[in-house]
Amino acid sequence: MSLALRNVSRTFNGTTAVKGVNLEVEPGEIIGLLGTSGCGKSTLLRAISGLDPEYDGEIEINGNVSREIQDTASFIFQEPRLLPWLNVLDNVTFGLTGKRKDKENKAIDYLESVGLSDKDALYPRELSGGMAQRVAIARALVTSPEILLLDEPFSALDAFTKMQLQDLLLDVWKKYQSTIVMVTHDIDEAMYLCDRVVILKGQPGEVEREIRIEQKRPRDRGSEYLAHLKSEILDCLDLNKK
Amino acid sequence: MTEQQNSTAAGYASPAQAKVKLDEKKDSLKKNKGSLLQTVLYGSIIPVALIVLWELLSRAGIVPTNQLPAPTTILDKIISLGQDGSLWGHIWITTYRVFAGFIIGTIAAIVLGSIVGFYKIAEQLFDPMIQAFRSIPSLAWVPLFILWMGIGETSKIVMIAVGGVFFPVYLNIVSGILGVDRKLIEVGKMYGLKTFQLVKRIILPASLPSFLVGMRSGLGLGWMFVVAAELMGASQGLGFLLVFGQNMSSPETILASIILFAIIGKLSDWILKQVEVRSLHWQDRLEK
Repeated sequence: MSLALRNVSRTFNGTTAVKGVNLEVEPGEIIGLLGTSGCGKSTLLRAISGLDPEYDGEIEINGNVSREIQDTASFIFQEPRLLPWLNVLDNVTFGLTGKRKDKENKAIDYLESVGLSDKDALYPRELSGGMAQRVAIARALVTSPEILLLDEPFSALDAFTKMQLQDLLLDVWKKYQSTIVMVTHDIDEAMYLCDRVVILKGQPGEVEREIRIEQKRPRDRGSEYLAHLKSEILDCLDLNKK
Repeated sequence: MTEQQNSTAAGYASPAQAKVKLDEKKDSLKKNKGSLLQTVLYGSIIPVALIVLWELLSRAGIVPTNQLPAPTTILDKIISLGQDGSLWGHIWITTYRVFAGFIIGTIAAIVLGSIVGFYKIAEQLFDPMIQAFRSIPSLAWVPLFILWMGIGETSKIVMIAVGGVFFPVYLNIVSGILGVDRKLIEVGKMYGLKTFQLVKRIILPASLPSFLVGMRSGLGLGWMFVVAAELMGASQGLGFLLVFGQNMSSPETILASIILFAIIGKLSDWILKQVEVRSLHWQDRLEK
């Protein structure tokens, strides 16, 4: 599914958070929105999702300009946001419709792929932070979204779980060819996952640069090419003290 | 690569966790049995000691028995009331009044509370008025209700419903609905839920804890108001026994009635507490 942003801005009570963003996303592309905190990355993502319809400009999803929430889009938030009164299985089936049995089978498949197949009867309070976020990921993926929006989905996780889930995301992407837009402040993560990294900068945030990463996946996290790219990105964000 | 990672992770985790689970189960079983006995035991040490002390003091003649009769005298009184059959009538009618008032008050509070919680305009219209009414001590309504509806059942039940049950339930429902986490509502919206579905699947379950708190304090106040209502004028009921005991200068009747109030009140609260435990087991709360 393709996605296009045309001159998108968002102003909160007179303060502009993000200004004049233009972006064309091809179907199946993975885009990273990278930037320091407060430059409007999440604001932009919420505008795309339809959760926040009060932006200026135009967002076109698959050729339709709309400010509504799309059925074909899924959102993974920074926190798990599980419904505490539902167990893991019911949380995952929350967004599905259809027969109960079918829903549950589907959910079990996804729980297995996030490594939680034996945790389906637990309640959110019984989960660790990493487990809860994995359930949230399963919940977002189970609807087979054509557009997947991620708002710093792995930022609260430890380094190992993070890498594991990044690989999981790539697996799902390979299978469904979802279009993915992810907000992140982790440069390594952006370089490991994305086809293109859009760097936002300033207040209000504006697009500073777009970097295309040509290397094929799976990428080597420690490769020289990525190290070189990282330095370039750091320069671009004025974070390289040399 | 990922699959391998996952499966090794799962393989590593599951046997260890299964064992932990089993141990936990055993532990909790033991704990449950032990803790129930312990709760009953610990909870009854001080009351039993006090009752024994009271009995001894009465028997020794240190406490004037015409003012404060011995526990055994009170027990005798309850048994004799039970034997002549009037006890069940008193208990039944009082419980019936509280129950009826509780149901009516709760339903009214649910209807009004949900409307005020969901619609801004309803909040602006109704809430200031309801808040103003709340600041009137509810017992002040009693004479008016009796004037309007006589001293029959209707006035008593309305008094319990309006004075006791309605306000706590209403206030808790409104604050429960207004306090639902916006983040969870966004999850529902992201899945395309419309207003009705959003209410049913997210807002209601999320405000349930607050609603149950309201029900429990409403029930407590309901018991308070049944006493007030029965003191004002009744020919039957535990509250009537209080007045009757006073008129007959029979403190054991008054104390018998008080004890029965304590038992039934505690029992009804326990039932609600069980409902709460069952329906809110998912809550992440501090367990001592």
